[in-house]
Amino acid sequence: MIEIRSLSRHFQVGEQLVRALDDVSLAFEAGDYVSIMGPSGSGKSTLLNIIGLLDRPTSGAYVLDDRDTTGLSDDELAALRSRKIGFIFQSFHLVPRMTAFENVELPMVLAGVAPAERRERTAKVLADLSLTDRGHHRPAQLSGGQRQRVAIARAMIMEPTVLLADEPTGNLDHVSGADVLASLEALNTRGILLLVVTHDEEVAARARRHVRMRDGKVVIDQRTGPVAAPQ
Amino acid sequence: MRTRDLLHLATESLARARLRSLMMLIAMAIGVASVVVLTSLGEGARRYVTGEFRALGTDLLIVLPGRSETTGIQPGMFAGETPRDLTLGDAQALLRIADVERIAPLVIGSAPVSARELSREVPVIGTNSDFLTIRNLSISQGQFLPPGELDRDMAVAVIGSKVRKELFPKGDALGESIRIGERRFRVIGVLGDSGRAIGFDLQELVLVPVRTAQQVFNTESLFRILIEARDRDAMPRVREAVRKTLMERHQGEEDVTVITQDAVVATFDRIFTALTLTLAGIASISLAVAGILIMNVMLVAVSQRTAEVGLLKAIGASSSQITALFLTEAILLSILGAAAGLVLGYAASWLVGRIYPSLPVGAPVWAVLMAVGIAVASGVVFGLLPARRAARLDPVLALSGRK
Repeated sequence: MIEIRSLSRHFQVGEQLVRALDDVSLAFEAGDYVSIMGPSGSGKSTLLNIIGLLDRPTSGAYVLDDRDTTGLSDDELAALRSRKIGFIFQSFHLVPRMTAFENVELPMVLAGVAPAERRERTAKVLADLSLTDRGHHRPAQLSGGQRQRVAIARAMIMEPTVLLADEPTGNLDHVSGADVLASLEALNTRGILLLVVTHDEEVAARARRHVRMRDGKVVIDQRTGPVAAPQ
Repeated sequence: MRTRDLLHLATESLARARLRSLMMLIAMAIGVASVVVLTSLGEGARRYVTGEFRALGTDLLIVLPGRSETTGIQPGMFAGETPRDLTLGDAQALLRIADVERIAPLVIGSAPVSARELSREVPVIGTNSDFLTIRNLSISQGQFLPPGELDRDMAVAVIGSKVRKELFPKGDALGESIRIGERRFRVIGVLGDSGRAIGFDLQELVLVPVRTAQQVFNTESLFRILIEARDRDAMPRVREAVRKTLMERHQGEEDVTVITQDAVVATFDRIFTALTLTLAGIASISLAVAGILIMNVMLVAVSQRTAEVGLLKAIGASSSQITALFLTEAILLSILGAAAGLVLGYAASWLVGRIYPSLPVGAPVWAVLMAVGIAVASGVVFGLLPARRAARLDPVLALSGRK
């Protein structure tokens, strides 16, 4: 469902041309659970941003759900992001002035979903992540693990096909991190493609496919389990 | 995005940045309020002046020597460039025109007026008994100039109340004699304070019979002739007849100007409308300044909320939605600011009205609409740049906290 062919992304930094991604080809199937590892500057975040349609490749093709995304306008990309992609960030990126409920609701607000339907769906997703009693709290009143679960709820609310997690446990203690991973994995078992960028070997080891990057290239691509999660 | 949600998001972020919002609100309010206050002052002055002129009577024709093509107030009216003089004979001829109710010829000059050892320089007007009615004057003591032939020379004078006070500080002025220039006059009356004579302080005036004034100032000509028509409908007929009569008397030459009180009122109306417009223009500058302030503060807001903009993009907001969001904030602020400014401006105008009851203050509708229009427009114009800057933020950089 995701196909990347000869993808490159170059940045001009001063005099120097940085090849953040250098001729990368990858394919991901629905329901897979993939870890992406590599040292800083290896291009893993750039890869994630391109898959998330936040960044455009310098060259190469990116096909998402049989649709070539190169050449789409900004608005078309925004619409695709809204429907197909959920982001989880290391620093959560919740809007501080909004309650957990409003944060989760926000993608639907932008997509123009009717208020009644929004309330229903938000309540359901918050319940799935055991956050029902936190709905009216602002981010500052929540623990790190709770904040990341609110972020997961927000990423899930539009029922995307891909979930992109950039160091999802990076700012969390061990127990909260395990909690968050469990939540993500639960979504994966329902057929969502889960891509986790991490530095943490332990986190990476939980995936069923392991991509290792260095200097903008994929150096290892290893499968340790089946594509679809065991039900 | 639904409009209600857009408004909700915008008001929410405004409410969170309370100090910033308040600052912009105040700036916009001051701008709008100053437009309202300044234009209501200008409008008040306009209404006051035109009202004063209207009170003189709109069924009044004024004949002045000299021909000018345009109507309204001409330099000649004050400076008196006279190709051919208006004379008492002209005035007497005008009296015979049908529908002329009354006329008052005027001779105006300034002369030292003295009583015993006290003396002061006072405007002296030579006129007749009808001037009392035409100018709605009142008499507080004695009588006005006696009716009679225009060319009768009588050494009697009616004085303003201030002149009386100055020249006769102790006693009664009636029957006393005063000296105007070289001649001696008997005071037969003292003016009251009511009535109008634009350009003169009624209290500081001496009135004498017109023929007598001509002799005092050694002239045969008249400064102007006031004509009161029987009613407003007769005005055009009277005006035409006056023109013809004087043309005949001046060897077929049309060398006088006949203006109506309406034309004078219209001229002052134009002058004061221009003044009000100028004030509105000046006040609008503060609106523009407020707009620029809004732009600056919005730019700061955009850079403070970079990460939020990145997030919004990541969860599916299009550039136009981001633009709409920030623009809505700016427009909401200017609308709220304009509303606050209207309240402030009207309150201030009301206060001015209380302090100066004779000034009919009140902002004209066009000024209020203009102020609100400019306020909202500056919200749009000055909100657009920050909003588009937000929309153009690179989401990757924005999310990472770099710009």
